[in-house]
Amino acid sequence: MKIAIPIDENKEDTTICMSFGRVPYFMFIDTESGLVEFIKNDAAESQGGAGIKAAQIIVDHQANILLTPRCGENAAEVIQAAGIKVYRTNGNSVKENIAALKEEKLTLLEEFHAGFHGHGNH
Amino acid sequence: MNIAVLSGKGGTGKTLVSVNLAAAAENAVYLDCDVEEPNGYLFFAPEKIIQKNISIQLPVIDRNRCTVCRKCVEFCNYNALACIAGRIILFEEVCHSCGGCRIVCPENAITEEEKVIGHIESGVSKNVKVKTGILNIGETSGIPIIQEILKENEEDQRIRIIDCPPGSACSVMESIRDADYCILVAEPTLFGVHNLNLVYELVSKFSKPHGVVINKCLEGENPAEQFCIDKKIKILGKIPFHQEIGMMNSKGMILVREKESYRNYFINLLNEVTEIRN
Repeated sequence: MKIAIPIDENKEDTTICMSFGRVPYFMFIDTESGLVEFIKNDAAESQGGAGIKAAQIIVDHQANILLTPRCGENAAEVIQAAGIKVYRTNGNSVKENIAALKEEKLTLLEEFHAGFHGHGNH
Repeated sequence: MNIAVLSGKGGTGKTLVSVNLAAAAENAVYLDCDVEEPNGYLFFAPEKIIQKNISIQLPVIDRNRCTVCRKCVEFCNYNALACIAGRIILFEEVCHSCGGCRIVCPENAITEEEKVIGHIESGVSKNVKVKTGILNIGETSGIPIIQEILKENEEDQRIRIIDCPPGSACSVMESIRDADYCILVAEPTLFGVHNLNLVYELVSKFSKPHGVVINKCLEGENPAEQFCIDKKIKILGKIPFHQEIGMMNSKGMILVREKESYRNYFINLLNEVTEIRN
């Protein structure tokens, strides 16, 4: 099982980032092999559609689960179409959230916000 | 001459000023670019309406030809395309209709189809030609409609009053692009100053000649007036917070068509703006 998490810095004791589409890095954790991968989020500097591109990175890295505090509608559409399950994180600790996932204490994220589209107001 | 009327937020009196300026001119074109909620037509009640649909181009992917090479996904600067489970999907509201995906597709699997996003209604109200841009509900961007409204009648020598959308975002920038003069409408409050500053910064960046009309003025403190004095911004006029104006406006009446004093006020305002330009 491969878990994807949006994180603030590319190191293991980092915290979970509040943003999904424009997060600086993603952490991918393979629970079977224990391998941890840090991937720079190229979508962060996008003019628009950052959530879609970030979701594409998650899909392309063949994650099975995404742990995130929140996620936009477009990103959710990509992720769900790829059959990836999205769980809502609780607090910003990576370790605690992975432990909570294993103990089945995290709930599925089912509310997705409308895009900010870089404007707030068009 | 193109005169744009704008404000940092809605409800300051853009339409009041735009409609009355157009009505005060000998003949004018009133262009309602507030395409998300146009309301100038409520005052003008234009006749002989001609409707024109406005469309954008959206890519359509032929799944039989697509080899999922992802060249289109990589090309799209707006990230409107994604590749999931062996097929390309389009996010319509993110697409900017640039047509690039169609060009880069090596399999010629992408064609474009038109999608109607709104329309323009053109009509006449006495001395004023009225054009209203209307964006369909649910559409993300009214910019193609604004571009079309402003593009038509380029040869028209009459005074053109552009009633802009509120705020200072993309749609406003598009609306003032060809403006010769910008009238900033503000409220005489601290909140009004904050919003005035947004549009003041915008027109300054675009190097547009500009002046301010302060609407809903009361006796006493006037932070918006003080702001203009401090920044040395020309104050074109002050409109009082008056029950009669509120009543007439709420009934859809055009002030200059009802009363001589208002007529003179807006003729003077129009003269001042056109003279500044000359």
